[in-house]
Amino acid sequence: MKPAPFDYVRADALGEALDALHEAGDEARVIAGGQSLVPMLNMRLARPSVLVDITRVSELKRIEQRKGQVFVGAAVRQVELEHWAPLAGLLPMIAAMMPWIGHAQTRSRGTVCGSLAHADPSAELPLALLALGGEVHLRNRRKKRVLPASAFFMGMMATAVEPGEMIEAVAFPTHPMGTGTAFREIARRHGDFAIVACAAIARPDGTNRLAVGGVADTPQAIDLPDPSDDGFEDALNEFAWSLGARDDLHASARYRRDLVRSLGRQTVKEAISCRS
Amino acid sequence: MPKLSREERHAIGFRLNGQEVTAHAPGRMLLTDLLRHVLGETGTHVGCEHGVCGACTVQVDGEPVRACLMLAAQAEGADIRTVEGLEPAAGELSPLQAAFREHFALQCGFCTAGILMSLDALLKRAPDASEEVIREHLSGHLCRCTGYAPIVKAALAAQAQLKEEEAANA
Repeated sequence: MKPAPFDYVRADALGEALDALHEAGDEARVIAGGQSLVPMLNMRLARPSVLVDITRVSELKRIEQRKGQVFVGAAVRQVELEHWAPLAGLLPMIAAMMPWIGHAQTRSRGTVCGSLAHADPSAELPLALLALGGEVHLRNRRKKRVLPASAFFMGMMATAVEPGEMIEAVAFPTHPMGTGTAFREIARRHGDFAIVACAAIARPDGTNRLAVGGVADTPQAIDLPDPSDDGFEDALNEFAWSLGARDDLHASARYRRDLVRSLGRQTVKEAISCRS
Repeated sequence: MPKLSREERHAIGFRLNGQEVTAHAPGRMLLTDLLRHVLGETGTHVGCEHGVCGACTVQVDGEPVRACLMLAAQAEGADIRTVEGLEPAAGELSPLQAAFREHFALQCGFCTAGILMSLDALLKRAPDASEEVIREHLSGHLCRCTGYAPIVKAALAAQAQLKEEEAANA
């Protein structure tokens, strides 16, 4: 299992990376930590003819807090966000997810934006993007655009990133006072692919949002009333069926639906109890 | 902006276990193969070659990293440590290695090099890591012989000894 041959470009500045991507068009892939892409290269599920390495682009290594959002640049490694002191205060949902994102040995190189670009349906960071209402900042040589999760994720491991384009950063909104968040996951062991992952937000007005990963081709979300409300269980059950769960080696469709209901309910309740 | 053509081998310079080395590799070569095949350092093992088993874990700039998920070219300028760099002096075991031997924390030994590199990095970064944190770090490794319990015991024993040594030196 070795990657097929490719040309390797190590960009020192963002402009160089964008030029190299423009030149190579749909033959090119961006590589940062490589924790999702290198397995695909090794198994030859991906055979780009040019790899553009952005790990040394200093403009992409920043974590910044501005205008109620946390911006994470495309070369920021997961371990750097994990150890970023304000994380637990500003983005408690992502802080809770961290031990579940791969392993310590992959978070040391894997980037936050790389996980979004890979768009695995059971991955935690795409789920956080949808649950929190974050935005992906894309750019090519000429223009920039900003997409919400619903427009960015196109299907299983498929995104709206076009040839010549790359993720520059992701922005996660921090939430106003009175908001609670929670995250729960069932996997065979920490770091394995989620059988079901749930992320919830309890808003100050008493409404809730539940996002679920690991079941449909992309993370999906629903707005829910308070769990004591009559409509809660029916809405949750309908949502569980709407995800089109399938049987696979790890779990049956029925078990997944059951987890969406039980883990979903627990996660919403936990988010409510975390409301500050 | 260096461009490495697929047709050629390219010089890659980095530190390996404290020594500056330069090795030549094509752009698509993995760090595992550079270490084992080009440099002959075969202590780093290759299991699944897609990041699941953890046998190939090495330290890059002090952090545990899967060598099978890193391109050799990405090692340019890095400080890399492998299991060959653990012994304090020729023929002598580090406290962590000695604890593995003492507690029967290895049987076939295939996974051991990777686990040692992960635990060595953890105990340096977080000398007071709890058993829970140690177990969480071990979740990044597969061992098919030991059942993990002796590995956890060895890690805790090594941690206690390292702390004792540090207190004695303070």
